[in-house]
Amino acid sequence: MNKVAIIGKGHSRFGDRSEVNLAELSFEAVHPALESSGLTSKDVPYMTLGSMGVWSEEPLPAVVIAEYCGLTGAGLVRCEAACASGTAAVFNAYSVVRSGQADLALAVGAEKMKQIDTATVMEMIGRAGYYMWEFENFGMTFPAYYALHAVAHMEKFGTTEEDLAKVAVKNHRYGAMNPVAHLRHEITVEKVLQSCVIASPLKLYDCCPISDGSAAVVLASEKKVKELNIEDPVWIESMGFASDTANISKRENYVGLDASVKASKMAYSEAKISPADVDVANVHDCFTIAEIMAYEDLGFCEKGKGANMIRDGETEIGGKIPVNLDGGLKAKGHPIGTTGVSMLVELTKQLREEVKPSRQAPMKNYVALAHNTGGTGHYGFVTVLRR
Amino acid sequence: MSEAPSLKSNRPLTITYNLPISKTTKFWKELKEGKVFATKCKNCGKLYFPPVADCGNCGSSEVEWIQLSGEGKLVTFTEVIVKPASFSKEPSYIVAVAELVEGVKVLAWLTGIEKEKITIGMKVKLEAKVVSDKKFAYEFVLA
Repeated sequence: MNKVAIIGKGHSRFGDRSEVNLAELSFEAVHPALESSGLTSKDVPYMTLGSMGVWSEEPLPAVVIAEYCGLTGAGLVRCEAACASGTAAVFNAYSVVRSGQADLALAVGAEKMKQIDTATVMEMIGRAGYYMWEFENFGMTFPAYYALHAVAHMEKFGTTEEDLAKVAVKNHRYGAMNPVAHLRHEITVEKVLQSCVIASPLKLYDCCPISDGSAAVVLASEKKVKELNIEDPVWIESMGFASDTANISKRENYVGLDASVKASKMAYSEAKISPADVDVANVHDCFTIAEIMAYEDLGFCEKGKGANMIRDGETEIGGKIPVNLDGGLKAKGHPIGTTGVSMLVELTKQLREEVKPSRQAPMKNYVALAHNTGGTGHYGFVTVLRR
Repeated sequence: MSEAPSLKSNRPLTITYNLPISKTTKFWKELKEGKVFATKCKNCGKLYFPPVADCGNCGSSEVEWIQLSGEGKLVTFTEVIVKPASFSKEPSYIVAVAELVEGVKVLAWLTGIEKEKITIGMKVKLEAKVVSDKKFAYEFVLA
């Protein structure tokens, strides 16, 4: 099978992007991704779009975006894996290049969520469990799903609301340094604890914002990397995948996400690395508890010790494994289908040491890990990159 | 939503879904009688809640109906303060997951208790609940 590299990347500014439509927003990522690869839209035979959809007026967003970006005629698909739709799109493009079906493929993530009101966004994401048994009568929301995990984690391991707040504080600190982040202000533990409750014990500042944004990566086979004289490819060493039950009530426990554990084991095994080899990671922190569970599920620490990592600064620059140096979903923003692609753009920059020194992870092995969850661990993807 | 120039679409979309229950009719009939049922695969013995007509575990479509005792212990919970649009008129509600003595877990509202008094592991009872004339659901109450 072919080796697959990221040879180009593009990223829009995240936030309220009501001044552009979905296709225009996508162009902001696709154009620089192609340009940085030395390609034009006509060179790319296959494009995948990560987009959960439902927020904007276009039912077939991939077609509209491909046309706007000059990719009409390319093979095309929209991938849905809830908040992991972006990685699902990358995985689809990666599989096409890896199998030799094409030497180049473009993976785009695009989502516009700000054009509908917050209560409707809560409605749409809340329905994304098992509608009949969890939404129709019980009105679950996305924060509520993670709140069930927060309560269980706090009860079993002594994780506190302050620990959760520290995750938000860290991610806002790095987000403030990231020019494309949605929320670019620092916060304090007190501010998190005093913010209004969304679903107990999760408060406003424990939750990621609702964002618009796009990101894109160009994937190439080893042959194409040589042909194009790409100087600094970032190789996709492995992509692990898994899923879990739609009904949250069928989960074994609520202190972790099984799909993350399975996907990471698969990714580590294929890349022949251990968690200790990872220099920098982006993990799915849609809510603060999600980041703490990710530390544990990905093997950065033992089960139940996630809070210690944030207390001891182990996931900051200078710590054992810096996490979410772009601000994470929490501060950078979480345009659902874009997030997985955005993580790979950020990690490509980290591996190439292209970000501001203040938020650059020190590189030893030049290995990075992206962890992208869809729903409450309904979908799980883990990607290992190496420069 | 921002002030950027935009055109308001003239094509509003209203969708109400019909939720098929022909294969789980007994569940809904029994709820009306105040009973909560699960299904059990006759072939492999797996117990299902929510009830199913087909066993994903072994592929059999031979299932039997089992009435649940309703007795269970609280596993986790949350109070939903910021609600989805279609629940906007509801007061805040507590959603809980409890494990029943039969071994299945159930997600439902927990009523009749303040959030501050809830503890993990406390005994709860799953009961059928009348939502409206034609609608029935289930909820946890204190055991």
